[in-house]
Amino acid sequence: MAEQGTLSAAGLGASRASASEAWGPRPRRALSRRNIIIYGTLTVVALYYLLPLYVMIVTSLKGMPEIRMGNIFSPPMEITFEPWVKAWATACTGLNCEGLSRGFWNSVRITVPSVIISILIASVNGYALANWRFRGADIFFTILIVGAFIPYQVMIYPIVIILREMGLYGTLTGLVMVHTIFGMPILTLLFRNYFASVPEELFKAARVDGAGFWAIYFKIMLPMSLPIFVVAVILQITGIWNDFLFGVVYTKPDVYPMTVQLNNIVNSVQGVKEYNVNMAATLLTGLVPLIVYFISGKLFVRGIAAGAVKG
Amino acid sequence: MADTRNGRPSQVFRNLNSKVASIPMVLTASVVFVGGTIWTVIHSFTNSKLLPRLNFIGLDQYERLWNSNKWLISIENLFIYGVLSLIFSLVIGFMLAALLDQKIRFEDTFRTIFLYPFALSFIVTGLVWQWILNPDFGVQAVVRSLGWESFAFDPLYNQDIVIYGILIAGLWQGTGLVMCLMLAGLRGIDEDIWKASRVDGIPMWKTYLFIVIPMMRPVFVTTLVIIASGIVRVYDLVVAQTSGGPGIASEVPAKYVYDAMFLSQNLGQGFAASTMMLVTVLIVIVPWAYLEFGRRRHRG
Repeated sequence: MAEQGTLSAAGLGASRASASEAWGPRPRRALSRRNIIIYGTLTVVALYYLLPLYVMIVTSLKGMPEIRMGNIFSPPMEITFEPWVKAWATACTGLNCEGLSRGFWNSVRITVPSVIISILIASVNGYALANWRFRGADIFFTILIVGAFIPYQVMIYPIVIILREMGLYGTLTGLVMVHTIFGMPILTLLFRNYFASVPEELFKAARVDGAGFWAIYFKIMLPMSLPIFVVAVILQITGIWNDFLFGVVYTKPDVYPMTVQLNNIVNSVQGVKEYNVNMAATLLTGLVPLIVYFISGKLFVRGIAAGAVKG
Repeated sequence: MADTRNGRPSQVFRNLNSKVASIPMVLTASVVFVGGTIWTVIHSFTNSKLLPRLNFIGLDQYERLWNSNKWLISIENLFIYGVLSLIFSLVIGFMLAALLDQKIRFEDTFRTIFLYPFALSFIVTGLVWQWILNPDFGVQAVVRSLGWESFAFDPLYNQDIVIYGILIAGLWQGTGLVMCLMLAGLRGIDEDIWKASRVDGIPMWKTYLFIVIPMMRPVFVTTLVIIASGIVRVYDLVVAQTSGGPGIASEVPAKYVYDAMFLSQNLGQGFAASTMMLVTVLIVIVPWAYLEFGRRRHRG
């Protein structure tokens, strides 16, 4: 969008210049007062936003003596990776001293199946809602979307009971189910809207050729909608990786996801506080969504814009 | 396929594949969302302790809830946090979006920087700000070491202002999202509006205030609903940053529910508190949904 704006502005300027010479607004100087205000404000705000990330990195690279002596904003005099190693491999939660690595792998084992299953179910469902409507479908869809606004706390305990009845309470499978359930409203909406925008002629032509529900889904819809799948994957990876509430409610200590374990490490009351290890652990936990964010760029923005139009 | 097997077309088997594909949605909507909500509301009128029981005691749980100091503090905190975070995130988010909308260079870089906290979890956010606001090492210590010995800024250790410490972290995490939504809204405004107001000599701030913002009403409404439904859920941030402390000064309703259900084995209280949360959300959502749907029906 930005490129478009500048392009059209440049085109406009060119045509004006060719029409006559002294025309249009006076060319702006690069260092005008307006520019100083705009860029100045933006830079100051940007520094403020970057500050916590900077503090995290700097703190995690210092030794404890240096932290006690110096201030949190100063760069490390001696860079040490000890805190990172300790946070990953030997930091303690209670009696368990395996470090964050266990939480990391738990989170991987939770996130990967949750992302795949929730997207599969929601995409097929969105496709059914967009192209194969049946009576009553819209009622359930409306309930689903309205349900997205119900505070999770209202539904937490009934789900505990459901999972307990199924023998899944406290297991990773149970948590994957919970993520699938709560990811459903936004994902279904995302896919339904996308499939509804696919030209109907395509769908009709395939029907005439004798393709059924699944054939059209796999041969036409799926290949056409890769971008929306990428958006959904980004949305789900960050959402599920960052989850804390479901992890703490539906899993047991040995399968806690990374966020829960991180909180237990940092906020444990026993022992001496090792701020450098804490910050290394915090950074490690934030690393996965940060990498997804910086790689995905504009698609991430599209994902939250899609999340924004819900309701 | 199913109808040919049946001999004659049956209503139930028509479009069977689509119905099968919708089973997860139907189950989620009816069993979890509707069923779960009704279950919780019903059980909020019982004296369930460790296990849910159907032993009705009327409104006792609600009476106890509204007499509990912890709950009152939670509500007060939610109110302060909610109102301030709505105002600040809308104002800051809009101003950042307006600045980015001035056809500037490095727009993508700035946007990436403003939005990255949103990719981080509330746990990470809470822990970072807990460290920055640490009175012995963080901002307070740094300012004191510069010579201002009496400088005091320790929101996380001061009962009176702890909620503002949480607000700082919450705003850092969430304003990027608001900025993004606002920027999308601003880009939707017709370029001709700007030209017209420039021709008429209307100053920029007036154009924003009296022309652009009213035109962006739908964007503001959606943003408002999104922020508001996020505020009611605020939980992880408080757990990570203060664990509800010092004392019970930074408790929030979501944490009250969790503590009652899973720590103090007082299910009935948890159900009553979560039902109150539901009522709060309904107060926000219903008028909006009514307006939205009413308008749509009117148009269609």
